[in-house]
Amino acid sequence: MSVTVVTRVEPDTVRPGFVRDTVTIFLREFQLVLRDPFSLIFSLLQPLVFLGLFAPLLAGSLSSDALGGESPLTWFLPGVVVMIALFGTGSTGANLLYELMTGSYERVLATPVSRPAILVGRALKELAPLVVQAVIITLAALPFGVRFSPAGVVVGLAILGVFGVGLGALSYALGLASRNREWLFWGVQQTLIFPLLILSGMMLPLESGPGWMQAAATVNPLTYVVNAERAAFTGALADPAILHGAIAATLTCAVGLVVGVRAVLRSAG
Amino acid sequence: MILTEDLRRTFRRRGAVVEAVRGISLRVERGELVAVLGPNGAGKSTLLRMLTTLLRPTAGTAQVAGVDVVADPAGVRQRIGYVGQGNAGGHHHRVLDELVTQGALYGRTRAAARRRAGELMEALELRGLERRTVASLSGGQRRRMDVAIGLVHRPGLLFLDEPTTGMDPQARANLWEHITRLRREMDTTVVLTTHYLDEADAMAERIVVVDHGEVIADAGSAALRARHAEDRIVLEVDEPATVKDLVDGATVVGFRVELRLADGARVLPGLLARLERAGVTVHAAHLHEASLDDVFLALTGRSLREEGAAA
Repeated sequence: MSVTVVTRVEPDTVRPGFVRDTVTIFLREFQLVLRDPFSLIFSLLQPLVFLGLFAPLLAGSLSSDALGGESPLTWFLPGVVVMIALFGTGSTGANLLYELMTGSYERVLATPVSRPAILVGRALKELAPLVVQAVIITLAALPFGVRFSPAGVVVGLAILGVFGVGLGALSYALGLASRNREWLFWGVQQTLIFPLLILSGMMLPLESGPGWMQAAATVNPLTYVVNAERAAFTGALADPAILHGAIAATLTCAVGLVVGVRAVLRSAG
Repeated sequence: MILTEDLRRTFRRRGAVVEAVRGISLRVERGELVAVLGPNGAGKSTLLRMLTTLLRPTAGTAQVAGVDVVADPAGVRQRIGYVGQGNAGGHHHRVLDELVTQGALYGRTRAAARRRAGELMEALELRGLERRTVASLSGGQRRRMDVAIGLVHRPGLLFLDEPTTGMDPQARANLWEHITRLRREMDTTVVLTTHYLDEADAMAERIVVVDHGEVIADAGSAALRARHAEDRIVLEVDEPATVKDLVDGATVVGFRVELRLADGARVLPGLLARLERAGVTVHAAHLHEASLDDVFLALTGRSLREEGAAA
């Protein structure tokens, strides 16, 4: 067979790569938000709902002793940020289910786009609103006398971002595994996400719980992320919890990307 | 442009091994328009998905646009365009956005991608739909958009998986007009799958008939019909028995005489003249030219038309 060069390389072509492809995939997903900003408005209200409705109950039922001497809001709000990230990136795969059925997933796979970029770009889209949400929380907490450290919030978001990419990739792999079976995705996702959430001490402190719950929490990577966020938001950047959280997030990210990329490659044969 | 050797793909379905493609060797030259024809489940799409790197072959080799599909899938992807069975655009995305994204996925700058998107919107009659969501397009518009997405990077080789399935005849004809014109203008090699017989007959210069994962015939439509099927001449006469004696190979069915032969259209006038000289009055003469379905029937003992209708 004669080897013929069939693509005319255009002068406007830039060198492809993981970063560029990630940006392209991210922008494709984020376009949906930009074109229809209502979804964003509702997602911004979410943290305020928790702030307004959950925090007062927490404050009424727990003494600050149970929270390690902190005010309930200072303890609670970083947890809300983690929770939003958890639900957001955990549903990365759900948005894929539809594309799997229509054929636009296959079309993306048929392009030379970097495979990890498909996962990371989509997970980043779920994380993007988080930046705004965190700012709103920080500002909304001010009237209650709670002050978060801006530098700490930035560090906290970075750790959460790494964790979220990993979780998003896992969710994506789950989406691929439940091709044509939407119930399977939600069944597995909900079954995993709530124990993970409760056993991280995100919403309620685990210190008052039974020993087995505390033991389970020590093997839950989310626990370390939650603790790191609490330390970071108060500006305690030297706290070892930050390092532990960063390690847990990095491990989750690595596992997620390995599992996710394998799933993408397998889905393409 | 394409060279496969003993290409195979097996799937495991509930413990059973299904051989979807069992040893296909195929050669497609630059500039050809090839239709892969076969019933549903024949292995057409599996073959196409291997050639487009969406599926890894179980065995055998395939070179597409000069690149090995297993050794360098990214190289293949860069050189080919693919229009799958489903719709390429995300349903909630806007038409123009998706075309620009597609260009970016092939490494074009945003400006270049936007220029190219404009050209394709023009070429495929999508002007005015830039800001519409994919979900709001008609079936024909959506399919034209799929083709536009497949052509964003000016591939030299375009794969189309059942491009016209489910479309009404008018939209089908319109899509074909676009495909044949773009092919002419861009000198594109086109490989498509279809289970529409008339479409393969009318459009493709070469038809590869696939059944049970194997190529059972590969030639132009006329050659396939000449080789594998016969034309049929039916004459309505008063005395069929007389005609039967005059014409070799004729059979009698009631008042009709039936004759199976090659090249019926050329034989018929002479036959009628001969019968007239012999004093036979022919009330009516029917010529049934062999169809691709007859070819398929002759090759497999099954009718493709019926299977297509059942599917």
